[in-house]
Amino acid sequence: MNNVAIELRGITKRFGNVVANSNVNLTVRNGEILSLLGENGSGKTTLMNMISGIYHPDEGQILIGGKEVSINSPHDAFNYKIGMIHQHFKLVDLFTAAENIVLGLGRGGKFDIRSASLKVATISAKYGFDIVPSKKIYEMSVSEKQTVEIIKVLYRGADILILDEPTAVLTPQETRKLFNVLRRMRDDGKAIIIITHKLHEVLDLSDRVAVLRHGEYVGTIDTCDADENILTEMMVGKKVELNIDRPEPVDPKDRLVVKNIACKNRDGIRLLDDVSFTARSGEILGIAGIAGSGQRELLEAIAGLQKLEYGSIVYNNPKTGLAEELRDKTPLEIRELGVRLSFVPEDRLGMGLVGNMSVVDNMMLRSYRRGKSIFVDKQGPEELAHKIIDELEVATPDAETPVRRLSGGNVQKVLLGREISSSPTLLMAAYPVRGLDINSSYLIYDLLNDQKKKGVAVIFVGEDLDVLLDLCDRIMVIGGGRITGMLDGRTATKNEVGYLMTKTDRWEEKSDEE
Amino acid sequence: MDIFAKIMAFIAAAIVQGTPLLFGATGEIITEKSGNLNLGIPGIMYIGGISGIIGGYLYEHFCADPIPILCVVISLLASILGSAFIAFIYSFLTITLKANQNVVGLALTTLGVGLGNFYGGSLLKFFGETGSISLYITGNAYKTKIPYLSELGIVGETFFSFGFLVYLAIIIAVLAQRFLDNTRHGLNLRAIGENPATADAAGINVSLYKYVATCVGGAIAGLGGLYFVMDYTTGAWTNNGFGDRGWLAIAIVIFALWRPKSAILSSYIFGGLYIASVFISGLSGSTKELIKMLPYLVTIIVLVFTSSRKKREHQPPAALGQSYFREER
Repeated sequence: MNNVAIELRGITKRFGNVVANSNVNLTVRNGEILSLLGENGSGKTTLMNMISGIYHPDEGQILIGGKEVSINSPHDAFNYKIGMIHQHFKLVDLFTAAENIVLGLGRGGKFDIRSASLKVATISAKYGFDIVPSKKIYEMSVSEKQTVEIIKVLYRGADILILDEPTAVLTPQETRKLFNVLRRMRDDGKAIIIITHKLHEVLDLSDRVAVLRHGEYVGTIDTCDADENILTEMMVGKKVELNIDRPEPVDPKDRLVVKNIACKNRDGIRLLDDVSFTARSGEILGIAGIAGSGQRELLEAIAGLQKLEYGSIVYNNPKTGLAEELRDKTPLEIRELGVRLSFVPEDRLGMGLVGNMSVVDNMMLRSYRRGKSIFVDKQGPEELAHKIIDELEVATPDAETPVRRLSGGNVQKVLLGREISSSPTLLMAAYPVRGLDINSSYLIYDLLNDQKKKGVAVIFVGEDLDVLLDLCDRIMVIGGGRITGMLDGRTATKNEVGYLMTKTDRWEEKSDEE
Repeated sequence: MDIFAKIMAFIAAAIVQGTPLLFGATGEIITEKSGNLNLGIPGIMYIGGISGIIGGYLYEHFCADPIPILCVVISLLASILGSAFIAFIYSFLTITLKANQNVVGLALTTLGVGLGNFYGGSLLKFFGETGSISLYITGNAYKTKIPYLSELGIVGETFFSFGFLVYLAIIIAVLAQRFLDNTRHGLNLRAIGENPATADAAGINVSLYKYVATCVGGAIAGLGGLYFVMDYTTGAWTNNGFGDRGWLAIAIVIFALWRPKSAILSSYIFGGLYIASVFISGLSGSTKELIKMLPYLVTIIVLVFTSSRKKREHQPPAALGQSYFREER
């Protein structure tokens, strides 16, 4: 069974100046499960999207069954018997499972839902799926929806299956069920690629592991030769010196004390689980983790945007010396307590700034409540806007330009400039350098360090481990909504952080419970 | 017995009033199932009426001895072409150019009413005639009753004394329901209205379906206007005569919970409410106006009920009113 199902040769894909994949080589054989491992932004999904026809590679070849092919649309991919199960399900909520499975197939006339249901039942029995074809999607759990997606692909006769982080939304029991199904499909001769960054899953499930790092292909090894250390090292690579300043913290005091907070999303999936930590003044606390591990919810909980099940968030006000409880308060109530909190969210134009408004008007969003006149004070924001444009070298025609017309880096400067100008005592920044060039990034690091020197407690959520290790005084690692480790930024190694990121201990613990 | 006769007459009148509404509602349901909220329907119904008038007039005017059946065929085709064309403009603007559906729809309603009144008022002048349009041959051809059945006493008078468009409206509504429920194309169309990205990924041509559904829906709705000018007013055009029936048709879509079959009875109920004030004797002028409000009041009540009752099947298509951008993944 060593015949090659699909082979990639020298695949390169660029988006503008960003190289998403560079010279990637990969082979997948029939009857094996290949894990594609890598950090966020390492190009895993982009690579798979090229196989499933969503993107087209700039360079390189894709070979299926030894023949070079060109896959230009998801439809082409179907014809080559490739099926991808995306992270975000493509299902019509109002339809039944069977209707979703047959959608878009065949031509004209009446459709025979009964024979389709029969075929679905056959596939389910063969691989051990558990599905009611007449059940509506909106009545289904996430795991059932995923099952429908997989059957949909199999129904169309796929022999090569790609699953993009299939376990991210599943409970441990559901994950085990999925793995059993995947193993059965492998034994049936299908080629399966699973994108993941959970090491224990890689070791548990796959036959071989291919690793990508920053869009580059690192290598493929047999799972039996791999262990967590080897994989982590392949994934994060060697430490790169960046020479970012890291001044010593001066007189750090506990500014924000978070204790045992927890929250769930609407589907009842736990996003934060018993999170406790302290952010100190004059210190940069880095938060490292795979995207979607609860970083966003954590920051939003502190900012008053996320409802908590339990736990407490206490802010020690340096001016009054009072300890204020921030839980269950709105952002406005938090501000009225005298808490000087600045939040630079991940979604700059969605949560941070209003794209259609000018730089000046965006400054005003922070200040319009001030003053007694019914007219807003426009002069203050105008001065502030000019100050930010000058000092942070924002490339904009003028202060009246809508921020949506600025480039990503300049948008970030405007946002960060505004947040810093309110002289915060607690500054939270989520991925503040995402999409920025080197110079702008260093400017942002300097700004954060300035705040640190002023005694601000800075919380920095980052994705580049080298930056986190160089910039932060302490690094907190979050995985699956839990704190998996707290490290000293000066002594921690990249491997340590990488290992903690991929360790989701809820897996092991919860599987013992039942 | 007198009261019985009156009730039967009321039912017959409700069916007559309900028929244009049924065409409009069925057309709009098919359109909305593709995710297009076409608020141009009231205007399209005017266009359907005036296009039929123009077609019928040209034939009656230039033919020395018009044959009634040809009068019907020609005006019917003209009506369908006219309303489908306006629906096509809507489609082009909203599907291809991705313009805002509400704005385009409202603009087309204004345009349709205006065009209808313009040609209704000036068509005769183009041909050097005076007076107002009245196509008696065409109108009477449309009003031809079903032989024998219409002579079955009070039952015949109440249910079988109408022109063919009344029955066509019912047939189209029933067929539309079967199309949506039982055919592959119907399934694809509903998928587009619910989740166009999913439909696209499944290999369905989203734009094509939207175009076809909107144009066919527009053509069906236009037949409502045609029925009004040909059958109800026997081939005579009065400016603004069709009134606000187009908006009622859109209200029925909600009342019928996007089901063409339910739209049949809903339309007759709305038709009855629309003329109830005429049938209740001894009403003062102001009370009559209050009774005329009933259809709108009922719509508001229905909206309150359907939005609070959270059954997913009773909600509008999930992607209704949104343009589909493929790039947004």
